[in-house]
Parts: sequence; C-alpha cells; structure tokens
Amino acid sequence: MAIDQHVAGGHAPPHAADAPSTLTVGVGNRKLGLWIFLASEVIFFTALIGGGILLRLTSTPGTWPMPGEVLNVPLTSLNTFILIVSSVTVVQALAALQDNRRQHFRLFLVATFVLGAAFLSVQAYEYYKLIVEEGLMLSQFTMHGHHGEADVVVQSVYGAAFYIQTGFHGMHVFGGVLWLSFVMIKAFLGGYAPDDYEGVEIFGLYWHFVDLVWILLFTIVYLI
Amino acid sequence: MATISVPQPKQTIPWTSRGIMSWITTVDHKKIGWMYIAVSFLFFIISGLLALLIRAELSAPGMQFVSTGFYNQLFTMHATGMIFLFIIPFFAGIGNFIVPLQIGAADMAFPRINALALWLAVFGGLTMFGGFFFEGGAAAAGWTSYPPLSNATYSPSIGQDFWILGLQLIGISSILGAVNFLVTVANMRAPGMTWRKIPLFTWSVVTAQGMVLAATPMLTGALTMLLTDRQFGTRFFDAAQGDPRLWQHMFWFYSHPAVYIMILPAMGIVSEILPVFSRKPIFGYFAIFVSTVLIGVLGFTSWLHHMFTIGSNPVVETLFMATTIIIAVPTGLKIFNWIATMWGGSLNLKTPLVFVIGFLSMFLIGGISGIFQAAVPLAKQLHDTYWVVGHIHYVLFGGSVFGIFAAYYYWWPKMTGRMLNERIGMWQFWTMFIGMNITFFPMHVLGMLGMPRRYADYAEEYGWTFMNQIATFGAFLVAFSTLLFIVNVIYVHGFNKGERANDNPWEGNTLEWATSSPPPEHNFDRLPPITSDRPLWDLRIRKLGIQTKDVH
Repeated sequence: MAIDQHVAGGHAPPHAADAPSTLTVGVGNRKLGLWIFLASEVIFFTALIGGGILLRLTSTPGTWPMPGEVLNVPLTSLNTFILIVSSVTVVQALAALQDNRRQHFRLFLVATFVLGAAFLSVQAYEYYKLIVEEGLMLSQFTMHGHHGEADVVVQSVYGAAFYIQTGFHGMHVFGGVLWLSFVMIKAFLGGYAPDDYEGVEIFGLYWHFVDLVWILLFTIVYLI
Repeated sequence: MATISVPQPKQTIPWTSRGIMSWITTVDHKKIGWMYIAVSFLFFIISGLLALLIRAELSAPGMQFVSTGFYNQLFTMHATGMIFLFIIPFFAGIGNFIVPLQIGAADMAFPRINALALWLAVFGGLTMFGGFFFEGGAAAAGWTSYPPLSNATYSPSIGQDFWILGLQLIGISSILGAVNFLVTVANMRAPGMTWRKIPLFTWSVVTAQGMVLAATPMLTGALTMLLTDRQFGTRFFDAAQGDPRLWQHMFWFYSHPAVYIMILPAMGIVSEILPVFSRKPIFGYFAIFVSTVLIGVLGFTSWLHHMFTIGSNPVVETLFMATTIIIAVPTGLKIFNWIATMWGGSLNLKTPLVFVIGFLSMFLIGGISGIFQAAVPLAKQLHDTYWVVGHIHYVLFGGSVFGIFAAYYYWWPKMTGRMLNERIGMWQFWTMFIGMNITFFPMHVLGMLGMPRRYADYAEEYGWTFMNQIATFGAFLVAFSTLLFIVNVIYVHGFNKGERANDNPWEGNTLEWATSSPPPEHNFDRLPPITSDRPLWDLRIRKLGIQTKDVH
C-alpha cells in the first residue's frame, strides 16, 4: 500500500470485532445489536396492536365484544402470571451464573424453559377452547345468548385481530423457548462462566421483552 | 495527499481475485457491498426496461404494445423494483463498502448477518419478479397495493402473493442490515473518531438505517395482514368488517420515511463529494449533521399527506400539511450549506461533482414541487395525476439516482483500482440530465391537464399525445445514458483502458482514501490520527507546515 502519510501518532487499526481499541458506546456488539433489534420489534407489535385498536375504534357497534364475553380472562390471567414468573427465573439464572452457583444457574434455566412451555401449552388450550367451543373464528364470533336466548353469530374482524396479535406473540415465545433450549444445552455441556455470561444475558433481554409485550397485550386484549 | 506520486507495484488483492464460490460464501463487507451494488444495478436495468415499455405504450393513444393487464404489471413492478431492489439495496451496498472504511473498521459488526441480509434481499427480489413466469403474471395492484384492489377477489393471481412474500424478505433483510450498520458505527469507530468527527456520508447512513429500523416493521405488519386477508380468510382491510384505510396508514407510515431512506444517503454522498471537489472544507458540518437527524425524525410525522383524499378531519389534514412543509427547513439548510461549500471554492469539474450539481438542481425542483403539492387543496386536485409521477421522479431520479451515479464515479477508483472514463462519464451526465428533464417535466403539465397516473391509454382528443411523446423520447435518452455507463465500465475493465487509480486520486479527506485502491482484506495496515471529520486534509495541511485549529 505504501502510504507514507502516517506521521507519528498513527496507530494500528482494530482487527477483531470487539477489540478494545475502538470507540464504543460501552455496550458489546451482540448486546447492542439485540437492543436495536428489539426496537424494531416494538414497531412490529405497534403495527399489530395499533392496527387492532384502530379496527376496534372504527368497528360497527356490536361487532366488537368485550373481553369477558368471549375470552377466558381468568385462564389467561394465570398464563400472564406464568410468563411473569419466567422473567423472574431468568433473572435468577443470570444472577446464579454471576455468583458461580452453576447448579442453581441450570435449575433456573430449566424452570424458565418449563414456564415458557407451560405458557405455550395454556395458549394452545385457550385457542382450542375458543375455536371449538366459543366459535371465535377469523371473520366471526358467537355471542352466547343469556337467559335462554339463542346464540348469535356475529360477522367481525375481532377474531382475526385477536389471533394475529396473540399468535405473533406466541410465536415470539416459541422462538424464545427454542433459543433457550440452545442456551440450556450449552449450559449443561459446561458452557458459560461468571465472566462469560453475555449469552445468557441477551437471551434474558429478549425474554423480558416478550414478557413486556404480553403485559401490554393482556391489558389491551383481555382487560380493556 | 501530497506524497503519493510514485506508481506502486500492484499487489494482488485477495478478495477481488477468487472464484464464484468465494463470492457466494463471503462475509467480507467489501464483497457483500459489491454484490448489493451489482444486484441493484441488474434490477435497475430490468425495472428501467419496464419503464421503457410503459413509455412506449403511452407514446400514442390506443393500445400499441401491451395489454392493459400487463401494463398494470409493468408500472407495479417498475416502481417496486426501482425502490426496493435498486435504490435501497444500492445504498445498502455502497454503505457496506464505504462505511467500515470511513470509520476505520476492519469489517461490519456482524459479518454473517450481513451476508444473510444480502441473500434475503436477492431472493426477495427473485420471488417478486418470479411472478412474471406464472399464470396471471406479476403483481398488478400498483406498488402501493391498496386493498381492496390487492385482495384475493380483485388480484387473484399468485404474483400478488409473490410480491408480498418478496417484500417481506426484503424488509427482514433491511431490518437486519439496519441493526448491523447501527452497531458498526456505534461500536467500531477508530480511536479518536468521536460522534462529531464521523464523516457525513456515514452519518447519513446511520440516520437512514435508524429510519429503516423504525419504519420497516410497520410494513412487515401490514404485509402480514394483507397476506392473511388473501390466504387465510381474515378481513383486516375489508370495507365491511375491517378498514381499507388501515392499510393506507400502515403503508405510508413506512413508505413516507422510505423516501428519506432513499434520499438521505444520496445527500450524504453530496456532502462527501462537494468539499473534495470544491477544495474547501464542508460548510456547516454540524448544521448538516443535525439537519440529517431532523429530516429523519420529521419524516415520520407527515405520512397522511399521501392520503388527503380519504376524508380526514380538516384539522388533521392541516396539521399534516404543516408537518410536511416544515421538512423544507432542514432540507433547505442542507442546500444552502452545500451552495456555501461551493461558493468561492476552486471547483474541480469532474464527473462526481457534475453529478452532484445535477442532484442539487434537480432535487431542488422535486423538493419545491413537493412543498407545493403538500397544500391540502392542491393535493386533492393533483392526487393520482401525472403531476405526482413527475414530482417523485425529480426526487428519486433527480435526487437519488444522480447521487448514486455520483457515488459510482467518486468511489469507483477506491472499489476497483481503476478510474472510470471522464469523457464517457460527461456524455452520460448530459444525456441523463437532459433526458430526465425531457421525460419528467412534461409529466407535471400532463398532471395539471388531468392525466391520471397508472392509465394504460388516453383518448386523442384530450390533447395529451404530444407531451407523452416528448416524455417517451426522454425516457429512451435516459436509457441511452445508462447504456453509456455500461459502455464506460466495459471500456475501462473489459478493454483495460482505465487509468490506474492511486490510493487517493481525488485528494479525498476521509479514511477510505487512507488505504490502497482497492483496499486489502483487512482494510487498513495503519490509520492516520483522527483529528477532525477530515483527517487526511489535516494531514496534508500539517505537512505544508500550516498551523490549524479545530474549527468545530
């Protein structure tokens, strides 16, 4: 290259991605990358949730049921609790790893995995009940008659909005459980250490994000 | 660079000279950048040929060359191809090549995700254009794909589904690319390159990629809903159950920022080239830096101006009119800074500068006609006429495409080690400049005369024939100018006529000019001290013994 412009004060460039000799914002590449990716996820869920709100606001009166009329709110409250607890266990797993309590670390990872799988199972059961018994379909739902009145089938986009919002969240939980299974395999093969915990930490970030989205979704879809 | 005069013995550049497998499997940012650029140029040619067919069909009343149904596919795929497979991937490519060099990094932060993003975009493009080979043809509902036109009833062909799936792949590719660019610039800058010393092109890429990150997922959500509407029986965008306006809001929440995603990197290119070819530091570095961010933020506040005819509250319409017009402030700030950079400079009228001057003048027209048509009453009058087609082509052709060719001529020696031919380049510029004005200027008049966009035909008594013929002539002139660019590349590389480029042929100021042309696989052996946003300028000045102080 023969560049002779380099006067005193020049220096060798960084060759490795995380070389300390670069200017950084103080967060590692992988973690920062995940944070930025999660920002895009916020917009994606804004699209689905915001679209749902707009459809609700512009729907014909009587075609958008109140949550309790169709959905099983107590069951999903339990599921919300399950997901929140799984956020606690993933924090515990990271803390245990940083304290070098390996047994606890693996235990809490397994607990998170079980809770995540439980959430998905309950959601699958909820979908089954809604489709088979409640008649909540993509373009119609069944309003059950009270005091001996007949059931009324209502044409509505409600079911589509419900399934696309909770369904995409469920897929994110599923993706998280898959990711977690790789973290677990690595943990049980002796991976990670008190000074090598980033892999667990960024999985935890994703998991908390999915949890946070659920709390919003639960409030908007099941409570309001 | 005062000292480079001795011809260097040409060393082999390992990343340029291997076989096809090394390109397919590469994670090197320079190779990936090249592939983005090559693929985007291919789609530029394809989408350009579609445009020629459109212009040929409109050259006379009556249907001459294509059927009305195929005409719909032509304008749909022309716009989709130019936007999503030419302009956006070109900037992803030139950003990939140049940004790590400008910040003194060895590669992007996530090289493998970088390769994934490239191939997702390539296969997204193939999926989209693959529709032409199936029954019913490619998508034909316009690049905006408004439901109900784009739903399963009115667009039954599989091409529409290919369009959705292809665009989804490109969207995911863009999001992955955005994460990569943002982490790279945040974390991999060379020592000394604080935020205020980042070159303006890199900064424009950062801002544009931030916009990609915040806008694209909205399109992903909308496309998902459109796909389930078409395939699974949901009715999100159905007038009876859902709301077709919801698509328009979501689509323009993405696609208005997308205009800035397509123009900000071109503005960054202008900000790089002007100081080098005016032999002056950029005027108002910080003002350009800030106005880039302002344009990025304001770009998200004005999407409703695309939909003034859907019947919104007049107060809301006025608000969006104001947020649209206010974008002229940071944009004007840039234009004045660019003019001030040239003012009193010793202009070196080479092809990069000439294309930049083309950008400045043509983008100015596109920008001003944009402010003009943001006025609500006028927007309602001009909505869906050829005026809008004229306006967007002054912005995207006069702006983005001139910026792209300026980038080609400016960075070609760095990317290949050869100079493009100046004489052919000048011919290309003038034919392109004249051609685009002949093509797109009459469209404003046609629009005011009432010619609707997307119509395959018009009656002779409307009196639109002559101006359409002028536009068609211009389109073929633009095609000729593009051909000249291909001739230039073949002349330089195929016939080996190109002058060899030294490391810094333009006396550039930023770090990409501190390595060899083309750069070695690891980019830099040593970096100069980074004393400002133009380290090589500082170095030259210091060698002349001139004392300077930091002007920022």
